[in-house]
Amino acid sequence: MSKCKTSSEVGGMGHSVKRKEDARFIRGQGNYVDDVVRPGMVFMDIVRSPYAHAKIKSINTEKALAHPGVAAVITGETLKEYNLHMMPTLMSDTQMVLPIDKVCYQSQEVAAVIGTDRYAVADGIELVEVEYEPLPVVVDPFKATDPDAPIIRDDKEGQESNHIWHWEEGDKEATAEIFNNSDVVVKERIYIPRIHVASIETCGCVSEFDKATGQLTVWMTTQAPHAIRTVLALVAGHVGLQEDKIRVISPDIGGGFGGKVPVYPGYVIAIAASVVTGLPVKWIEDRRENLQADSFARDYHMDCEIAADKDGTLNGLRIKTLADNGYADAAANPSKYPAGMFSICTGSYDFKNAFVEVDGVYTNKPPGGVAYRCSFRVTEAVHAIERMVDMVADEIMMDAAELRMKNFIPKDAFPYHSPTGWEYDSGDYHAALQLAMDNIGYDKLLEEQKEKRERGEFMGIGICSFTEVVGAGPSKDFDILGIKMFDSSEIRIHPTGKAIARFGTKSQGQGHETTYAQIIAEELGIPYTDVSVEEGDTDTAPYGLGTYASRSTPTAGAAAAMACRKIKAKAKKIAAHLLETSEEDLEWEVGKFSVKGVPDKAVTIQDIAFAAYTNHPQGLEAGLEATHYYDPPNLTFPFGSYIAVVDIDSGTGEVKVRRFMAVDDCGNIINPMIVEGQIHGGLTQGLAPALFEEISYDEEGNMTGGSFMEYLVPTAVETPHWETDKTITPSPHHPIGAKGVGESPTVGAPPAIVNAVVDALSHLGVKHIDIPITPEKVWRAIHKKEVA
Amino acid sequence: MAKKSITININGTPRSGEVEDRLLLVHFIRDDCALTGTHIGCDSTHCGACTVLLDGTAVKSCTVLAVQADGREVSTIEGMEGAALHPLQEGFFEEHGLQCGFCTPGMIMSAKHLLDNNPKPNEEEIRCGISGNLCRCTGYQNIVKSVQYASNKIQESESVGGE
Amino acid sequence: MIPGTFDYHSPDTLDEAIKLLNDLGEDAKVLAGGHSLLPMMKWRLAEPTHLVDISRLSDLDYIKEENGYLCLGAMVTESALENSELIAAKYPILKDTSEVIADPLVRNLASVGGNIAHGDPANDHPATMLALNAIVVVCGPNGSKREINIDDFFLGPLWTALQDNEILTEIKIPIPKQYSGGCYIKLERKVGDYAIAACAATLDFENGQCISAGIGLTNVGPTPVRASDSQNMLVGTDVSDEIIEKASVLASETSQPVGDHRGSEEYKRGVVKTLTERAIMKAKNRALGGN
Repeated sequence: MSKCKTSSEVGGMGHSVKRKEDARFIRGQGNYVDDVVRPGMVFMDIVRSPYAHAKIKSINTEKALAHPGVAAVITGETLKEYNLHMMPTLMSDTQMVLPIDKVCYQSQEVAAVIGTDRYAVADGIELVEVEYEPLPVVVDPFKATDPDAPIIRDDKEGQESNHIWHWEEGDKEATAEIFNNSDVVVKERIYIPRIHVASIETCGCVSEFDKATGQLTVWMTTQAPHAIRTVLALVAGHVGLQEDKIRVISPDIGGGFGGKVPVYPGYVIAIAASVVTGLPVKWIEDRRENLQADSFARDYHMDCEIAADKDGTLNGLRIKTLADNGYADAAANPSKYPAGMFSICTGSYDFKNAFVEVDGVYTNKPPGGVAYRCSFRVTEAVHAIERMVDMVADEIMMDAAELRMKNFIPKDAFPYHSPTGWEYDSGDYHAALQLAMDNIGYDKLLEEQKEKRERGEFMGIGICSFTEVVGAGPSKDFDILGIKMFDSSEIRIHPTGKAIARFGTKSQGQGHETTYAQIIAEELGIPYTDVSVEEGDTDTAPYGLGTYASRSTPTAGAAAAMACRKIKAKAKKIAAHLLETSEEDLEWEVGKFSVKGVPDKAVTIQDIAFAAYTNHPQGLEAGLEATHYYDPPNLTFPFGSYIAVVDIDSGTGEVKVRRFMAVDDCGNIINPMIVEGQIHGGLTQGLAPALFEEISYDEEGNMTGGSFMEYLVPTAVETPHWETDKTITPSPHHPIGAKGVGESPTVGAPPAIVNAVVDALSHLGVKHIDIPITPEKVWRAIHKKEVA
Repeated sequence: MAKKSITININGTPRSGEVEDRLLLVHFIRDDCALTGTHIGCDSTHCGACTVLLDGTAVKSCTVLAVQADGREVSTIEGMEGAALHPLQEGFFEEHGLQCGFCTPGMIMSAKHLLDNNPKPNEEEIRCGISGNLCRCTGYQNIVKSVQYASNKIQESESVGGE
Repeated sequence: MIPGTFDYHSPDTLDEAIKLLNDLGEDAKVLAGGHSLLPMMKWRLAEPTHLVDISRLSDLDYIKEENGYLCLGAMVTESALENSELIAAKYPILKDTSEVIADPLVRNLASVGGNIAHGDPANDHPATMLALNAIVVVCGPNGSKREINIDDFFLGPLWTALQDNEILTEIKIPIPKQYSGGCYIKLERKVGDYAIAACAATLDFENGQCISAGIGLTNVGPTPVRASDSQNMLVGTDVSDEIIEKASVLASETSQPVGDHRGSEEYKRGVVKTLTERAIMKAKNRALGGN
């Protein structure tokens, strides 16, 4: 926003007002799930499988039951009595809650121990004796569809291999034709490994069932409480838990990033345990369980090919991907998109054609995959295109920035129809990259690199000019389990001019209590401090699909604006009544209606609110409130250009990110302070998988690691000082021109860093390095060692 | 099951209990004393969400036994606000040093230890000082600014007080 | 994660602590800073039935020079070492070491004695103590006391010369001569991680010639590794760049790394060479009055 319409007291769009939610967090008064205490509450802990694939021969619970404080042990057999041992995933696959006869991944839930306190149940799980018979495992997804591979999902009728689905987009023949007629074709297999969101708060719930009323209340670490309630009703409706009897409360959430979208078996077991025992049951997973069993992200093996002309014109793109989904397809993608929005992979460039296909397979690993702070599979897509563009630049010896500038979709081409079927809403890619280059001093860096290379030092410059696709989404295409991906806002203006607003989304740190209030302040002129924002309680909030994939501002934020406009329309009628004039004679400026040409003759929104309850016009309903369910006409397409500068220690292979310039364009900005904070966090969650984080398995399907000892979440020391800037290209179809931002930096940072590292080593003939770029990988590249 | 009687002075209030020898200090604080501002994030002494001051020194309370703190003083986030917010609390608010808020109490207690021992840390010293605390939301940059804010604020109030 | 049950003992004196250990036998463990033992107990990888807490024994918390030695009480915390003026001025290698152990919060409780007594070759002090030719003082039943040369202390992974009824009470380090220098360089993926590899180096010079050298390596063997060949290469020379290069290659050859998630054997050997080279260079500069 070049100019704020509202004053800083009102705190509408464009103001960096301080966050309202912070008052409780800085005092340690947040209310997270593990802070919830209910009278008579008992605890649950989970026995987990040491094997990746094994028959369960027996489960002996005697010793555990004899342990002081242990009240019950729940197994698959217990749940089977209620037909609750299986549950649907968000992708309409199925998943065990607790197993009857076999386990399909290491750390899978095998039994649950209920007892009086955390310590008793921790002892109890050590005493449950499970006899396993190991089965052959499928770890390598490329071998999953071999004829002799064991069938993991033999429980599914008609499932005769480990192949789950095939999905494709674009014109195969036309793309092949383009490849045949291009000067240059560059190919690379790019692997994006499994990673884990590792929010600092793990997952958990407190489930309380009132036998007298049949009412179930669940406090749960969920990013999507309404959808979860519906899923629970679908899973357990047959045992009397119908949707009107279920209340899901998502209290303060200690980070989500996509990991708190799915329904995990632990939640369902805790709910079953509370129904069976009639006691409130608390289950809080520990970090080991969180990393080893909860949904993962990524795990895409991408065979990428790009066709170009010698002059640098990009012509065609072809990507064939193998998606390792683990034991079940438990992704959280929209139903029609098993590979999410992966087909955004033509990125910021005007390709003539493209063809992309993805195959999903089962393996003996935990099910997934969810996002890791990214819209559905956009990170993978951006990584592929931004690496391949650099490889073309390297191949034809053209500067990576120049090549991008040459091929960007020009700003007058929007709305732009991509060869894979997307309609990009708006963009100005040249401006963003130019700003990033100017800010960081691109030409000087090139000179410095040249000098250093002559001295034998390794320095690299890497660019990523990404296009994101967020804000799912339009109901014609987007649903999860059939529920359309609209979102909602319900706003009530009280007689004294204050307001309460409720939403179908759920903040996990994004600052909704502040930013939604700012949208309302912008629209109605009510100071943001006078607007209370509530989310996360399915009994009170309007239905919505929740917060993930940078969708809150594009959907619920838009719903807020639209609900405000309904309120404003009614306010105008009341204002006309109060000012004894006609609506046509009124004009709006922030917070008040006045008679055209007579600015002194005006009523404020507060006057109007009071009148709505004390002096409303006859024939008009009393009160001042509105609800809006916003069904977006299109997705939004935030973008940006990032430049990373790295220095490499050739003796150890260590990579140091010396500078990182991030220019983001997320359309109109509600709160610049919050947007910048989100960008810092997102960049750090881009740095993490680029250099540190990875979940891997040995040949038996054992996770190598499984705590923060091996899963390397960067600290303040490894994290560079981020430099940020912005361009503003509003979304033409969004009511306030906003696009969403939380995930852009996580999507855009990894390729910038990889491109910089490869650039530093390019004179040695290095073309590509997979993430995470460990010191060893770099050291090997420099010392020309084959991969061990 | 061995039990001991302990008394720990938490934020100036003696808290007594009959506890299992193995009870972790963090559980005594959270479950027995209902001071839930101190969080648990990793169980393996990595994340620092459970950071409290033990006799003025920042420690990870998931790796201290409650019996080890018997007779000693513990400060938690709940004890930071006096007549006004502590400068660190103010700094985190002013500089947008938090998002989800889960790591915040531990970060603030770590930063308290840092500023008690090094009142004017530079950026590098702050980054090192909070490197026992993981944050997944902020990218640490605004946490650094928050600590700088508090450092400046404490300096100012001391120089005013000294005149 | 929650440890199994045990009885906690908090003796008032060292003698009482040793008596408890002697009486309780091998099911008892010493709890010092607790930052190696308690995490293992929470993972239930260690399930002692008795813990003898020595953290309140204030007579084990000192840093002093005495009779030609720097004496470190076993309960000196890493942060105390890190912040000691004496250490910074005369024993920078110890400051180098303590400030890269785990993270600052862990260092506030973790003790130098615990870091050594745990016998973990991934811990940082052991290599430094090898390079410094330290002596480990242990106390046993009935007032017995013995001094163990650091080279005889580490017997295998998590296995030391310490008996079940003994407590490590002090580490003695010879006071450096005029032209002495040492340093510790660790390669780690991130703060809080163990070393991929690390090298401690000490050098003593007389008339421009190296008269003694100590090279210790972290996390590249079942115990901390002394690179004797490398030391021998340095002694009697002026420690030229060429000699440093040769000594580093020898250190790399002496190391016995195994591949794990921190790197392959080949890479770790490469890193040992690089770190040894840098450590010797820096030790030399410190010994001869540089940085």
